[in-house]
Amino acid sequence: MQVPILKQGQYLIASIQAALSDQDLVQLRDALAEKVGRLRARGVIVDVTVLDVMDSFASRTLRDLAHMTRLRGAETVIVGIQPEVAFSMVQLGLTLEGVDTALDLEEGLTFLDKKTKRSTSRG
Amino acid sequence: MGDEKAKRKEERGGTVSPARLVPPAGDESTGPLLRELVSHLRKNRTQLREEWARRITEAKLLTAMTREEIFAEATSVYDNYVEVLETGAVEALQAYARNLSERIIPRGVETDEVVGIVLLLRDVLARSLFAKYQTDFQLLNRILDAYEPAANRIANTVAVGFVQERERIIRQQQEAIRELSTPVLQVRERLLILPIIGVIDPHRARQLTEQLLRGIRTNRAKVVVIDITGVAAMDATVANHLVQTVEASRLLGAIVIVTGLSPEIAQTLVTIGVDLGKMNTVGDLQGGIEEAERLLGYKVALISEPIQPIT
Amino acid sequence: MASETIFSIYTDVDIVLARQKGRELASELGFALTDSTLIATAISELARNIVLYAKQGEIVIKNSLVGDRVCIVVVARDKGPGIADIPQAMQDGFSTSGGLGLGLPGVKRLVDEFHLVSDANSGTTITIKKWKR
Repeated sequence: MQVPILKQGQYLIASIQAALSDQDLVQLRDALAEKVGRLRARGVIVDVTVLDVMDSFASRTLRDLAHMTRLRGAETVIVGIQPEVAFSMVQLGLTLEGVDTALDLEEGLTFLDKKTKRSTSRG
Repeated sequence: MGDEKAKRKEERGGTVSPARLVPPAGDESTGPLLRELVSHLRKNRTQLREEWARRITEAKLLTAMTREEIFAEATSVYDNYVEVLETGAVEALQAYARNLSERIIPRGVETDEVVGIVLLLRDVLARSLFAKYQTDFQLLNRILDAYEPAANRIANTVAVGFVQERERIIRQQQEAIRELSTPVLQVRERLLILPIIGVIDPHRARQLTEQLLRGIRTNRAKVVVIDITGVAAMDATVANHLVQTVEASRLLGAIVIVTGLSPEIAQTLVTIGVDLGKMNTVGDLQGGIEEAERLLGYKVALISEPIQPIT
Repeated sequence: MASETIFSIYTDVDIVLARQKGRELASELGFALTDSTLIATAISELARNIVLYAKQGEIVIKNSLVGDRVCIVVVARDKGPGIADIPQAMQDGFSTSGGLGLGLPGVKRLVDEFHLVSDANSGTTITIKKWKR
């Protein structure tokens, strides 16, 4: 199950449509890391609203994804983590440290707008 | 959580009674007597049952129930009662008592009423034994000797079953109240306040977290102020829950500000080694709300003299 | 009403199937959403350990009634290398964060009961139980 990646302005939006296997997640990570450079994106949104389980592998892969894209010049924000999923993640000790999160797609866009504007004006 | 489970198991499994409390009808000394007793009660079932139902109404017990309902329950209790006398096994009666309690407690039937009706039945049956054996005083005495302890234990079983069921319901209600007792309040768009008052155990801590996370999602909250001024103490387990709540909220994209930490709780947090970088704390609730407003981009300013109420 | 499903676990796709079944059973039995999620997540972690460390094994998901209380029991079984140092594997902080290790203390926190048997010759069996609240 491949995750569609849409380009919207300076951002890439990956919205997950169904449960993902480990391989699907790794594919998503690599695809985004590649596209960020090729499409010169400034930000990435990964929408995980439909994921009803986020285990250690998924969480680690998303974290790696965020770090990889950052090294390639784009900020990543994970949006749409469900309350129950967040609850079980912290029980497992998975807190996505160093990764930005937002409530949903809309919030994610607002977040990226602020963050990229800030870094632009500074740079 | 674990404790409660154990408690419930204990109460449901029936610690009170090893399965056979009443001597079975096969017992050497009382056996033949109880058998005779049972056959007497079976033969006069209709009449005794009606007599009992009449006495219940007369004593103004079970007023929450209709006459038909009383009669239906009386029939079941009567048959169970006779069966216990015959077999000596109280499990069926225990189960029935629980089931009965489940049905009548919500209708406001009180403990004394339940005890009352069982004692009435005991009395009705004893009177009928008197009437039957009054000519043979010695036999009557022996019958009563066999009957009394069995009847007492039955009364005990029913009463205990009822009380246990009531306790279970009370616990359930406490749970419901607990859920209501910590409202997640929206004070401004995107700002939630969670004032926690009282004792937090791990169970309640978990409930609070779940409630808050749902609240964040439904209110699209961006900042949450958790005020624990009303919490006197917190052990390490609960303090860890608090930290988890902060982390889980962040995963939903919300910032948590904790206010009102007492010196004791502050010490607990330091002792368990909470990463203070992850935790926003502000001295009091007012400060917390101000900080939250700042984070949300609000600027609250006094625009003029306070408006005087029109008199 | 008792049901028992056995999944052979070989690949990452099996992990997804097993945890979906766990969630499905939990919601059929009336578990709250949070608890269903905890169960599914625990199954995911256990199945993943099988794929990672034992290469193959099985996951059994069943429900059980004790008195009048409902629970879900999950057994994860493999004939892999076994866990050499169980106390260390169950020590918090040893695992989840670094990306190495089994994450077993985390799984234990997700459920009500956790039971681990392992030795070098016969592999690992982990049994977890979650009660309906």
